Amino acid sequence: MAQAAPVLNHSKPLKHGHNVKRHTGLMDWITTVDHKKIAILYLWAGGLFFGIGGLEAILIRIQLIKPMNTFLNAQLFNELITMHGTTMIFLGVMPIIFALMNAVIPLQIGARDVAFPFLNALGFWTFLFGGLLLNLSWVMGGAPDAGWTAYAPLSTSTYSTTHGVDFYTIGLQIAGLGTLIGGINFLATIITMRAPGMSYMRMPMFAWTTFITSAIILFAFPAITVGLVLLTFDRILGANFFEVGAGGNPVLWQHIFWIFGHPEVYILILPAFGIISEIIPTFSRKRLFGYSSMVFATILIAFLGFMVWAHHMFTTGLGPVANALFSVSTMLIAVPTGIKIFNWLFTMWGGQVRFTTPNLFAAGFIPTFTMGGVTGVMLASAPADFQFHDTYFVVAHFHYVIVGGLVLGLFGGLHYWWPKMFGRMLSEKLGKWTFWTFILGFHMTFFVQHFLGLMGMQRRVFTYLPNQQFDLLNLISTIGAGLMGVGTIIFLTNVFLTSRKPVGALDDPWEDGRTLEWSIPSPPPEYNFKQTPLVRGIDALWKEKTAGNKGMTPAEPVGSIHMPSATALPFVMSVGIFIAGLGFMFSRDDFGNAFMSFIFNNYIVTAIGLLITFGSMVLRSVFDDHGWHIEPEELEEG
Amino acid sequence: MIAVFGLILLTGCGRADLSALRPQGPAAETSYGLMKLSITIMVIVLLIVFSIAAFVMIRFRRKPGQSEIPEQVEGSIKLEILWTVIPLILVVVLAVPTVKAVFAAGNDHWNDKNAIKVKVTGHQYWWEFEYPDYGITTAQDLVIPKGKDIAFELKTADVIHSFWVPSLSGKLDTNPAGTINRFSFSAPNEGVYRGKCAELCGPSHGLMEFKVKSVSEEAFQKWVDGMKKPAAVLLEDPALAKTFKDQCLKCHAVGDQGISVGPNLTGIGSREAIAGILINDDSGVEGASVEENLKTWLHDPKSVKPNNLMPSPKDLGLTDEEIDGIAHYLANYKLN
Repeated sequence: MAQAAPVLNHSKPLKHGHNVKRHTGLMDWITTVDHKKIAILYLWAGGLFFGIGGLEAILIRIQLIKPMNTFLNAQLFNELITMHGTTMIFLGVMPIIFALMNAVIPLQIGARDVAFPFLNALGFWTFLFGGLLLNLSWVMGGAPDAGWTAYAPLSTSTYSTTHGVDFYTIGLQIAGLGTLIGGINFLATIITMRAPGMSYMRMPMFAWTTFITSAIILFAFPAITVGLVLLTFDRILGANFFEVGAGGNPVLWQHIFWIFGHPEVYILILPAFGIISEIIPTFSRKRLFGYSSMVFATILIAFLGFMVWAHHMFTTGLGPVANALFSVSTMLIAVPTGIKIFNWLFTMWGGQVRFTTPNLFAAGFIPTFTMGGVTGVMLASAPADFQFHDTYFVVAHFHYVIVGGLVLGLFGGLHYWWPKMFGRMLSEKLGKWTFWTFILGFHMTFFVQHFLGLMGMQRRVFTYLPNQQFDLLNLISTIGAGLMGVGTIIFLTNVFLTSRKPVGALDDPWEDGRTLEWSIPSPPPEYNFKQTPLVRGIDALWKEKTAGNKGMTPAEPVGSIHMPSATALPFVMSVGIFIAGLGFMFSRDDFGNAFMSFIFNNYIVTAIGLLITFGSMVLRSVFDDHGWHIEPEELEEG
Repeated sequence: MIAVFGLILLTGCGRADLSALRPQGPAAETSYGLMKLSITIMVIVLLIVFSIAAFVMIRFRRKPGQSEIPEQVEGSIKLEILWTVIPLILVVVLAVPTVKAVFAAGNDHWNDKNAIKVKVTGHQYWWEFEYPDYGITTAQDLVIPKGKDIAFELKTADVIHSFWVPSLSGKLDTNPAGTINRFSFSAPNEGVYRGKCAELCGPSHGLMEFKVKSVSEEAFQKWVDGMKKPAAVLLEDPALAKTFKDQCLKCHAVGDQGISVGPNLTGIGSREAIAGILINDDSGVEGASVEENLKTWLHDPKSVKPNNLMPSPKDLGLTDEEIDGIAHYLANYKLN
């Protein structure tokens, strides 16, 4: 249907397209709706926050290096632990997970983009502005100090008098919006955009875990959204949801928080399971052992994940019936998790295991995560948890799961897909250095913390008395944290050095790629697949390779490709929400300046922010943008 | 790893008066028993996983020149059933004693005539202990008769705290009115045990410690009698006595005088620590003498416990000499 235009270049409008909107430099990044570029944005932003959270961790560990240390004061320490937890979970690892999902999922399922590219950009920008808002608290009167769990009444305005917790509630609300949008987008993408022949049970495992994770996000994030709204209303508008004196109930907050908070744990770890399930088969040159049981184990974990929230509340005093039920339901999660561990081990069994950097991380993941898993089962036993709860034993447990599990998985995934994302291989030598320093530092930091907890050291203490036999173990822990920092610096060095090398990675740089992303160039062209591939089985590319084919069989003739238009609206909408959030937060403040007080106290700033956001929505609705096309002739040009 | 593990063995399992690994009473024994059971099961699981992992990672390394494609195994239903059923059995083995112990821990002894009732109130950042049957209230040092069941009722005056004496029992939160908790434990042996607040409650959360003193039945009775007695002569210097009464007793109580807004000071000279955190130890190993600790505290309470609610005596207009005089008086105010 397309007639060849006499001259083809990117600046000229094509026949039936709208204007091709292309930007360069900074504007390109602000306006992009390309999932591959959004992935890179997520990676840099997540990496930045991961770095901030890491520095906070180092400060915490320096304070705890010896008893009665005075390196940090008590208030600052509480701000640091609150921000470390909040930053790492919401702004550090989740965006890096989204980076990998964005970079890989459309490629793995043979799609040209996600289902809603505009929403994808909006999700990123709301996350970024939410994260920036939260971190502004450091320079705007004090960071939140009630722990990442923000238990009431400590988090109410009676006991936390700075704006810290307001930054927490509003910052997370805005960032959470981005996560919810992202989750919905991936659900729609995986349901509707799989290549011909890719049935659900032929999807790569990472696509499966992304799918399930997105479903958990869809059901879990509304709970925290509601909780944050209630806490915001309590603090800013004087509502009484958690104010005891006015009939509120602080235990309600704990339920709401953990109904979100526990599934959140699986939102974090399931993608890591997916990454490991991609890396191990590739470097064992074998298909994933027990694929269907892996799929069902994932679904079961997600389902049970919603049934166990009260195991965070065994010492709240829920009574024996609740404690017994939640103990047993929690222990049950060990069963599907164990299935996964053994399936990974038996994937390697009989294979030809190659210890590249990604596979080193995967190999380190299995025993480390298992250790975090078994302490999880120990914590599930409520009467034993009466001792473990809120001690360093719990700190050790969840770091084994989140760092030993998720972060090792993310490092593995980043090394594995780096050539696909950037077209350059990370240095294997530096990668191995990263692995060994990081994992050694990790075990040094957290293994000893199990014992600190059992020996009576509670968590979230800014200092401790001498003569409690805590000193040596804390010293070891701090040294380990430094070593993890060194590992991270080596990784950053690796990234920097690699970025100076020319693009030159092969389509299938690990040689044994099994899934669709390895059938296209590294980095892929903006339309991903010139022709949508036909999927003829699980591990689609591997199947073609073993059949002696050079690449995928196309499922369609070469034709013009419909592309979404770049737009700055998602960015502008997020700026609007950011302004509205700040305005709302300070709506009750006295600025000692008539003008400032006037515009804040009358919600004028909030209104301006909302006007920007809703105005952008109106623009988006009124002016249709049908996107543009890349014509076959252009494809031939390469 | 092995080196780290060795170091831990060298340091032992912690102090007998503090560690959950060295239980000194039946409640802590129950938790410890479940810990041992679960650790045993988990170590077995870990050994199996580690051995298989080590085996496959060594045995199935890709050899140089190896190029044939390994057999693409789909899976094995037998194996899947095996590693579903065995973990399920292990879960049952752990779940049965867990459920039993959960219900046993639910038995709070509050209506047991032989139990000693104690109402515990958490404050930022100190502990109040009220004995409703005896009509006495104390702070920071919980004195209990050995061997008796102590029935606790826990609540908070402000934010949520958590009442924890690791060597005697697991912890339970102190919630605001409406969600008040009850539980009980006992200490079969005489001794002093360290207690801690285990729920983040503000800047001085880490300093919100207390002691549990388990004493003989007779000593307990003597202590109760001493607590009930009206306070002796306040201070010998009448001017200082007036200052003490006008300033300190506006929030604190001694014997029958003053009010209990802040910690009750009756017999403070015989307590184990000042403000829960400055440990009284004349030998100087763990802390300083009572009087020294009182002086440290009274000269600048905020530097000992950041953000605590006690106004600095200096801000109330007390001179250094007055503060030292009051410290001297309190240090010698013992229950005999």
